[in-house]
Amino acid sequence: MGFPHRAHPRETPVLSRYFGDTGARTLDGWRQRGGYEALDMALDTDPQALQAIVKESGLRGRGGAGFPTGLKWSFMKPDGKTHYLCCNADESEPGTFKDREIMRWTPHGLVEGVALAAHAIYAETAYIYIRGEFTEPLARVSAAVEEAYAAGVLGANAMGSGKRVDVHVHRGAGAYICGEETALMNSLEGRRGNPRIKPPFPAVAGLFGMPTTINNVETLATVPYIIKNGAEWYKQFGRRDNPKSVGTKLFSVCGNISRPGNYEVALGFPFKDFLYDLCGGPLPDREIKAVIPGGSSVPILTREEAEGAMMDYEGFVAAGTMLGSGGVIVFDDRQDMVRQIARLARFYAHESCAQCSQCREGTAWTTRILERIRDGEGSVEDFDTLLSIADNMSGKTICVLSDSCATPVVSGLAKFRHEFEAKIVPTRGTVTVAGAVRAAAS
Amino acid sequence: MTTRKMLSLTIDGHAVTAPEGTSILEAARSVGVVVPHYCYHPGLPVAGVCRMCLVEVEKMPKLAPACATSVMEGQVVHVHSPKSLDARKGVLEFLLINHPLDCPICDQSGECKLQDYTFAEGRADSRYREAKRFSPVEDFGGDVLYVPNRCILCTRCVRFMSDVAHEPVLNVSERGDRAFIGKAEGNDLTHPWAGNVVDLCPVGALLSKDFLNKARAWELDRAPTICTGCSQGCNAVAETRDNELVRFKPRSNLQVNQYYLCETGRAGYREFNRRDRIREPMVRHDTALQPVDWDVALGALVQAVSARRLVVLASANLSNESLFLLERLQRLIPGAGIFRVERGAEAALPGVPELALRAERVANATAARLLGFVEATDVTDVLRADDALVVVGDDLEGIDSAALDLAATISYIGTSLPDALADRAAVVLPATSVIEEEGTLTNLRGRVQRFLQAKSAPGAARPTWFVLTDLLARCGGDAPFGAPSDVFDALTSTHEAFAGLDYDALGLGGVPLTEIGSTPVTATVGS
Amino acid sequence: MSHGPAAGIGALASAPPHGVHGDTPYTAVFTGDRRVELDRILSRYPTKQAALLPALWMIQDARGWVSEAAIEEVAVVLALTPAYVKGVLSFYTMYHQHPVGRHFIQVCTTTPCNVCGAEDVVSAMLRHTGCSDLGLTSADGRFTVVEVECLGACGFATPIMINNEFVESVTPESVPRLLSELQ
Repeated sequence: MGFPHRAHPRETPVLSRYFGDTGARTLDGWRQRGGYEALDMALDTDPQALQAIVKESGLRGRGGAGFPTGLKWSFMKPDGKTHYLCCNADESEPGTFKDREIMRWTPHGLVEGVALAAHAIYAETAYIYIRGEFTEPLARVSAAVEEAYAAGVLGANAMGSGKRVDVHVHRGAGAYICGEETALMNSLEGRRGNPRIKPPFPAVAGLFGMPTTINNVETLATVPYIIKNGAEWYKQFGRRDNPKSVGTKLFSVCGNISRPGNYEVALGFPFKDFLYDLCGGPLPDREIKAVIPGGSSVPILTREEAEGAMMDYEGFVAAGTMLGSGGVIVFDDRQDMVRQIARLARFYAHESCAQCSQCREGTAWTTRILERIRDGEGSVEDFDTLLSIADNMSGKTICVLSDSCATPVVSGLAKFRHEFEAKIVPTRGTVTVAGAVRAAAS
Repeated sequence: MTTRKMLSLTIDGHAVTAPEGTSILEAARSVGVVVPHYCYHPGLPVAGVCRMCLVEVEKMPKLAPACATSVMEGQVVHVHSPKSLDARKGVLEFLLINHPLDCPICDQSGECKLQDYTFAEGRADSRYREAKRFSPVEDFGGDVLYVPNRCILCTRCVRFMSDVAHEPVLNVSERGDRAFIGKAEGNDLTHPWAGNVVDLCPVGALLSKDFLNKARAWELDRAPTICTGCSQGCNAVAETRDNELVRFKPRSNLQVNQYYLCETGRAGYREFNRRDRIREPMVRHDTALQPVDWDVALGALVQAVSARRLVVLASANLSNESLFLLERLQRLIPGAGIFRVERGAEAALPGVPELALRAERVANATAARLLGFVEATDVTDVLRADDALVVVGDDLEGIDSAALDLAATISYIGTSLPDALADRAAVVLPATSVIEEEGTLTNLRGRVQRFLQAKSAPGAARPTWFVLTDLLARCGGDAPFGAPSDVFDALTSTHEAFAGLDYDALGLGGVPLTEIGSTPVTATVGS
Repeated sequence: MSHGPAAGIGALASAPPHGVHGDTPYTAVFTGDRRVELDRILSRYPTKQAALLPALWMIQDARGWVSEAAIEEVAVVLALTPAYVKGVLSFYTMYHQHPVGRHFIQVCTTTPCNVCGAEDVVSAMLRHTGCSDLGLTSADGRFTVVEVECLGACGFATPIMINNEFVESVTPESVPRLLSELQ
């Protein structure tokens, strides 16, 4: 369902089916819509069988990395240790606002998925980490959790299964990086949200040092449907010629587009149809200039590149970018790409956790150069410097925030270099000390 | 102890064998390959944040932080490949963009890792054309100043305070390039071991107020010494400028003090710069002490102690050699040998087992006890009428000076004449402090450790052992020993406790006395 | 009060609401019902430290900001040091380390909203609140306006937060009416 717009016939609403339906928010309402049947079933099923179903379904992490969910779960063995499930509801990748709607409209769908996944990974405790700004989703999910406890869905004897499932809601407090899984764990432990060095991976030593699985909201909300309808049902969604990307996916669309909002389509949907049919294309009298298809951290596409892309993990890679979180940011022909790329860099400079040298200094330096170019104070040499800095920032840090800052710079300079060049005012180029000395001597 | 599996790998062409779990950085170090690093420190938990130690590992898709990557069988590591060098050059440039480049006025200059690595691997220029970040200097309390402009956020100081000192008074505040090392109002760096953050800081961001602007690193002469602030026996480096001691720094010894030195130990250097040193031998004529030559003075001392009961009040900071010679003297001239122990509050460094500023604020009580000296609070316990009293090194602080008058004759061998003896000493011999001589000390766990001479003695002062060996010979004892090592040999061959030790084999790390190693000496005394 | 070396410019140093800049005399937050609530929160985690973010939220909900005295209280309650608490606190931008206006207005200006004119919303906010600059509180103590990075409601540009309330699709034109509803 294209919330806040009506569903488009070409959408495949699974997760978004009840967006806008206030009746789905209560436990009773959720049960009337078939909710908690999957959990009821799952709590009596062996965790390894659940892991197998999810593995078979082909579900991949919807937070951005696309790691196979069943495979991630299968790292969790019955080893007698305390296990934890973390639900990553820190949705903070610019351009992405799908988890927000899942939590606002179908909070019980998430609680069900969380409880189910907790059981599937031998955990009795799950935490839903919600970014601090999401006050309404926080209230909705908290209310759902309370209702679920009151009804015995959660607690020491979840749904009468004899299994303990505790779900707690934890509020973040304003830090993009806490969407990175190990940063989230640090934050949950009451630390600065610094990403951790891997290894050890969360499945070995995660939250509170114990084996932990961390999944995105959309991923977890999908799981009950898979358990209820079977892996085969889920696999039907997708391109015939690409079995690596199956299922439905929520895409958030924003920026210069006629109908911004969330759209759920089967993976492999043609991006051109998506942009023009579902989302209504550009605003009147404008043209799409560029699209970032997977949240601000993935490479920018030109309109032509975007129109040729297929919307799945492999399709976007083939187009030179990534599916990422599914946050589609559209830029039309009135936008100044230099200004917007500088603004993106500023975002990353603001959000850098400050651990790694390259990220702490590089994001800020990149921003300063870009803003100088934006203001007409740049020189052509700045382009080389930017690319060199971007290279020094990529693939060398604990997490990928640094790379994410470099990505739009590199793709922006490659694809919109003419806009950068147009900002260079020859007479106002910065005079270097050496140049000034030479000038004075001549 | 389980033996760890040994793994073989190649680092910059060197074949390396290292136990499983060893970091690439440490494995490289073992074959003499230095991987440049800032945040890594062997005494602290790995942070992996400076990203300086990135190295190329064949078959790994990305460069690996050598500090946080364990060695693997068959691994081929390139520390100095073009890719690794480029990455580190990049890090150095980032670390310097906001750095004030104020080396000419920075205390760290000359021993700064930013300087060293930039010189070795960095760019010759900077491409940074923007305004530099500026933040004022902050007083962190204790002896520590924070210069945020030079800080590279390696977090060694934060980790030391939280993981080693177990008193997290430092933090990383804010985020991004606005981040800085912060502290809470009213919670200063007053922990008894807090000064170590200055040494741990690889750049000029944390400075010692005491050392501020005192000297450039390259003007200093350095000698390995043992801290005499307490009985722990921390290994230290005595740093001097123009024969003036300017600071003590810790010298690493994993068996004793790891990498650390406490505040009390650091502050101890001032004592060795005292101006009121005895510069020449003196003998009392009528009422005044008159300078004489060594021969005359030693003769007077021999005369003073002959045919009397001899009471020796020895400082418990004397070397093993000096204490041994005094013990020999007492065999020739019987009486009593005593020492005093100043005590204070014990202050542990909780993250390091067996490391504390010890309650016993003397360095060598262990040897004094082993050599038969008896701890006393005052001389009155042992001093009888007509005794000859020889004070060696003790400052007589807190002693009732009138009680000394019981002695028939008082002599002093040491550095600065105690006030109480100004009118009482018959013979005064100028001797050196441990900083001005070489020898050995025995710490509370019975570890025998060497110290070397760090500065020259004033005037005609002679090493204590040298004075004592001369005296002993004149009293009819052994022929004079030629060097501290000879004295030490005599000690090991005559005293069971020291048997088997070899002066040269002590090295700079020391060797434990076998029977004492297992039984803490402090457990039996001082109660 | 020390703001650390990097503070200074624009450190929200304007007149605070109610003329109180410090937080003295300080009355403890974690007493009575709030202590019970904190204990309930503590029961969810294996460590006390894990309750730090929730505890800081409770402080801010009760006091409007987190003062040095409040930091000390949290530190004592959770067996941490004030410096540790401060390091964590300052990592998260939603905690106020200084008093702010009664209505703390955060306008998202990150790229998706930026391309939809978010900076015009910021200008309108400053103009109509009487705040002289971002981060500064209006003379009447009613408003503080800041830019915020992505609020995660990009399809509803421009979203703003007024204290804990989300308002979507704000335009420069809708600002005056919005503000008039705030006392």
